[in-house]
Amino acid sequence: MNKQIQVSIAGALLIILFAVAVVIYNEEKADELTDNASQNASLLVRDYSPTFGNEDAKVTIVEFFDPACETCKAFHPLVKHLMSSNPGKIKLVLRYAPFHQGSDYVVKLLEAARMQNKFMETLEATYASQATWAPHHKPQPERLWMLLGGVGLDLKKAKEDMESSTVEQRIQQDLADAQQLQVTRTPGFFVNGKPLVQFGSQQLQQLVDDEIRSSY
Amino acid sequence: MNDVAVKQTPENTPSGWHLLFLAWILATVATLGSLFFSEIMGLKPCVLCWYQRIFMYPLVVILLLGMFPLDKGVIRYALPLAALGWLFAIYHYLLYSGYIPEGLQPCDKEASCAEINLELFGFITIPMLSILAYTAIIALLILFRKSTK
Repeated sequence: MNKQIQVSIAGALLIILFAVAVVIYNEEKADELTDNASQNASLLVRDYSPTFGNEDAKVTIVEFFDPACETCKAFHPLVKHLMSSNPGKIKLVLRYAPFHQGSDYVVKLLEAARMQNKFMETLEATYASQATWAPHHKPQPERLWMLLGGVGLDLKKAKEDMESSTVEQRIQQDLADAQQLQVTRTPGFFVNGKPLVQFGSQQLQQLVDDEIRSSY
Repeated sequence: MNDVAVKQTPENTPSGWHLLFLAWILATVATLGSLFFSEIMGLKPCVLCWYQRIFMYPLVVILLLGMFPLDKGVIRYALPLAALGWLFAIYHYLLYSGYIPEGLQPCDKEASCAEINLELFGFITIPMLSILAYTAIIALLILFRKSTK
């Protein structure tokens, strides 16, 4: 056999082998994640978790997010769009996964804003100014205070409320649940308890559409 | 037909060509394998893993170029890379097995070089695979050099 052909065949075989290994691995991983999520279904939502949308919606999106995460910021409008295009059918539960250093500070601020019923406004202002207070994955959360002007928060009160031990406990609980549910990157989505295995906006849309179709 | 066969024979079995081919296959398997560990399985490569990758990945290109047309001088470029990679692999293995104390680790918080992430069949670790690949490549290159002398 000609040398070029030998090398081409060997190269092609190795690449095919690689591709097959990827497919097999991903399928097994998907099964494992799905099993793990159904075994730990009780950890998906905590009674203190911020919830949005219709209480009685039959489709629940659980999103583990980090306020300093660019992808979470990018997915936020998509999740809102999914909710507005399926009015009343989707409930959103937000869980904290402050993996970036310093993000927990911002989560505390969000919890303090929640006490003033300004959670969503603050979250959106936080995302909008993310590039300023969390440049290149190095959050400087203290800078965020200057950027929250438009939200109308009582900043003094928020600063006090942030320090409460309940808030800290919630963060620790959410992080523990994230670990148990094998959420290692943000955003981590579960739709009616099913994990978003292949990450992507199309895939999330698909998962939500499937659940809406089977629930309504 | 016979003419063609006779003509092709010396070209088809150049001395040592298959040794290079085998070394190239090993380098490619090592490259794809390491990419599988990091990109598909999500194991973060530690600093030492990166140094070993730095010396392994170019071998895929250099050995391939040395095969077409067969270049006896390819060893001058390939062997130093393989030797340096081998040294890093040995160092990594010693660290992994605990022969070198933790304090000497050139590792960051994100991925520890001493943490054992994967054990196939209970004893095969990634640094061990790296040593095996580098050792086999070096052996093949030395055989190639002997066969072309």
